[in-house]
Formats: sequence, structure tokens, C-alpha cells
Amino acid sequence: MYRSIAEWFELAAERGDTLAEAVARRETRDSGMEPAEIRERILATLDVMRKAIDEGLSSDEESPTRMTGGRARRLLARDQSLLGSGFRELLARAIATLEVNARMGLIVAAPTAGAAGVLPSVLLTMAELRGWSDDQLVDGMLVAGGVGGVIAHRASIAGAGGGCQAETGSAAAMAAAAVTFIEGGTPEQVGQAIALTVQGMLGLICDPVAGLVEIPCAYRNATAAVHALAAAEMALAGLDFPIPVDEVIDVMGEVGRKMDVRYRETALGGLAATPTGQRIAERAGMPELVELQRRGGAKGEDAARLGPS
Amino acid sequence: MTNLFDILGPTMVGPSSSHTAGACRLGFVTQALAGGPPERAEIELHGSFAMTGEGHGTKRAIVGGLLGMRPDDAGLRDSLARARQAGVEFSFRTTDLGEGAHPNTARIRVWRGGRETCLRGASIGGGRIRVEEVDGMGVSLTGTLPTLVLVADDVPGTIAEISGLLARREVNVAAMRVDRTGRGERALMTVEIDGPIPDEVVRDIEAKPWAHWIRAIARLA
Repeated sequence: MYRSIAEWFELAAERGDTLAEAVARRETRDSGMEPAEIRERILATLDVMRKAIDEGLSSDEESPTRMTGGRARRLLARDQSLLGSGFRELLARAIATLEVNARMGLIVAAPTAGAAGVLPSVLLTMAELRGWSDDQLVDGMLVAGGVGGVIAHRASIAGAGGGCQAETGSAAAMAAAAVTFIEGGTPEQVGQAIALTVQGMLGLICDPVAGLVEIPCAYRNATAAVHALAAAEMALAGLDFPIPVDEVIDVMGEVGRKMDVRYRETALGGLAATPTGQRIAERAGMPELVELQRRGGAKGEDAARLGPS
Repeated sequence: MTNLFDILGPTMVGPSSSHTAGACRLGFVTQALAGGPPERAEIELHGSFAMTGEGHGTKRAIVGGLLGMRPDDAGLRDSLARARQAGVEFSFRTTDLGEGAHPNTARIRVWRGGRETCLRGASIGGGRIRVEEVDGMGVSLTGTLPTLVLVADDVPGTIAEISGLLARREVNVAAMRVDRTGRGERALMTVEIDGPIPDEVVRDIEAKPWAHWIRAIARLA
């Protein structure tokens, strides 16, 4: 994978590759997998994404905590939508994937399980609305993968490493870049889409209630999907962000490293540590976690014991 | 090194890449080392594995892995029932492996065919794992490449013989690590190789008088 967006884009331009081809070429070099094999595997990955959405939208089954399950269907049950049915579908698909994840269903952790709803909801909804082919979708996935690789290298894609900005923020940046690329955006516009996404999600904390990948994750996946499309729309119209994309990604890394460990997936801060969050954790059978939260939890060494989720 | 399908994946049963997918892989590697699903397993969970594992299906994931399931196996959901049906005895307890231990660490002790195998490993994020100890000996095994694990007498020439046997089958070694219990005693070797492990290599090494046991562990992702 590439170490910077600049390196990726420059090498693509030098060789006359599209951004998608440049990612496939790098992967072939790193893993030995042939381009055709890579495309096949991406198609299989998209298939898992579609099935997860279908599964999430076909059941009202709630998770054991009853915090998620059936919410995606509730969105679609409403007979109207503020921005049209595509908007409603977008949100429902992101939530559906996380609802499937919460009840141990099969999902694609792209880039992580906690952010698994963003890329499928954005790509599959836009594919319907804009009539994209499977080939275009595969190209979009390659571009998304390229973005995720750079963020993983320069910042983090793990909530334990950099909070929710690292998870749903990265997923949204990946999705925004994919949409901008497929819609014919120039490499510069793809870069702007990434920068515009990341700048708006800087600082978002990871504070899963009861330490579970449910709430706020499911809703944050939905809003991150909207965020990705907002950034792509602005980038495609030529709106520019003055700070270069790699520098914006570096800020995400810096903010993540400085973020208090309570806000990095330990469930010792934020929404997780609210009085109601503690009661939910208690009901979910996590007495040790609740004890740490009550102790004011909040010491770094306690959090270090809890580590990544 | 991150590859494309670490970013666009893994495809996995939820809800958590480290508490579920990584936990499953720790169980999977344990059964691969034991030569198959065990008859009995004692599993100790440390840190976050113990504290929030319940809601993440960590126990089901480890037991599923012990039965040979991969992170994308829908059977992980009811692996505990499947293990009971298959007559696999298992128990869990919480442990404290100390400050230095990774928050998502498990120690898994299994029995199969009269032999005991004990693995200690951590789930280090995104579904990736690091096996830190096998039978009390330090190792470094990630499963990102096909890996040979063997116990041999600590006598001169074994490493040269092993690399010779691998070279004869045109197998390229990516990394090799040797740990021993003491001078002249037994050595545990982990050999990561590029590409799949030919059966002949395992048989070649097994036939050597200094080799006690050998296991081939396929690439995990």
C-alpha cells in the first residue's frame, strides 16, 4: 500500500495508470496476487456486503442489549424522506450492516467491523442511483482501499488507536474518494474529497456503550455515510480545501495519539460512561467494566488494561 | 505490512475484529498446533477479553476456532453447542497475566490424543493476532504467512538440515526463529515461508531422528 496520497497519485500519473490501477499494481507487487484475482476477490467482497444489508433489512431481531436491531427497517417504513428515498436507503443500509454485525452476522470489516456500514451503504446506494457497473464498483473499492492504506500508515484505522475518527472517519474518506473517482473526478478532486471528509470528522471519539460495537456505532455509520457524500459532492463541484490531503490525514493521526485513552474504545468515557451507559453495561453483564467506570474510571492505567475493543 | 484485503476486510462474523475475529484465529492456531480439534480445552482470558468478551462473543469465537472454524464461519454463533455435541469439553476462567500483557490476551491449553498443547497469544487489532508462547516457549507467530512449527532436539546442524530440506522442495524461507528450553535440550522452531507448505516438506522433517513433532499452519488471511 502507498505511504501517502501524493506518492500514490504521482506514481499513477507517471505510469499513466488510473488511481484504481495504481492500487491494484501495488497490491500485485506486495502480495503476488494477479490483478484479475484481485478484482474477483473484490467482487466476492461486494457480494458479502450486499448480503449483510439484505439480512439487516429483512429482520426486526434485536441484539441482546436491545440497543440495535430493526432500526434500519424503521427508516424504510416511513413513507417519506427529507431528501428523497435514496437518502433514506443510504442511512438504512449503513445501520442494517451494523445491526447484522451486532448479532454476529457476516460483514466486511472495511476498514474495521465498527465502521463496516459506511462503504457498502455509500457505494451500493450510489451504484443504484447513478447506474454504475460492477467494474466501476470494483474500481471504486480499489480507490477506497488505497485511501484506507494511506490512513492506516500515516494515522490509524482503529478506534483504540485514534477514536471514532479513525474508524468511521477513515471509512467515510474511503467512500468519498471512491464516489468521486467513479463519478469522473480528477485525482485532485479525489484528494479534495478525502481532505473534505477527514477535516469534518477530526476529533470524533470512540465511546461504545457497554464496550459493544452497537451504540453509537450504528448511527455514526449512518451519519458518516452522509458525510462522505457531502464531501464527494463538494469535491466534484471543484470546491477546494487549502490544506493538502496528506497534511489533513497527519492531523487525524496527531489528534488520535493525543486523545485521552478514555475516548479510545475503552468504554471508560463519553457516552459509555454516562449514568445510563453504566446501567446498560450492568444489564449487559459487565460488572468489572461498570466498577471501573464508577471509580471515575478514568485512570489511564485502568484504561490501558481494557485496551482495544 | 498492511495489504489491500486488510483494509477491504476481513470478511468476518461480527461484532468486533479483535474480540471476535482475532479470538477465533487464536483458537484456530491452537487446534492447528494440536493437530486438530481437541478433546478438552481450558481457556484463560485476560484484560479486555475477560471484561467485555461476553458481549463480543469472544468465548464462542475461541471455541469455534478450536473446532477449526475461520472468522467468516457462520457456525461461530452456535459454536459452544457444536462443541458440546462433538464431545469437546471446555472451560473458561478470568486471569491476570500482569501489566505487560496485551489487553486482549488468551492462554489456551488443550488436550488431544494424549498430548497437551498450550498457547498464549494476543489479538492485536483488526483481526490480526500474535502468538507469543507455545508450550511455555517464546515464539512470534502471526499467521500472515504459512508457518511450520516444530520441536526438535537442540543438536548442531538441525537448522541447516531444515533449510536444506526446504530448499530441495523450492520453498523460500521468509523468517525463522529458534527458542529452546535450555542448552542441549529441546528447541521450538517457527519457520515462516512464502507460498503454501508442501506435504513432502512436513514428511521429510518428520522422518528426522531429531524431530519430535511438526505442524504446518496455513496462512490465516
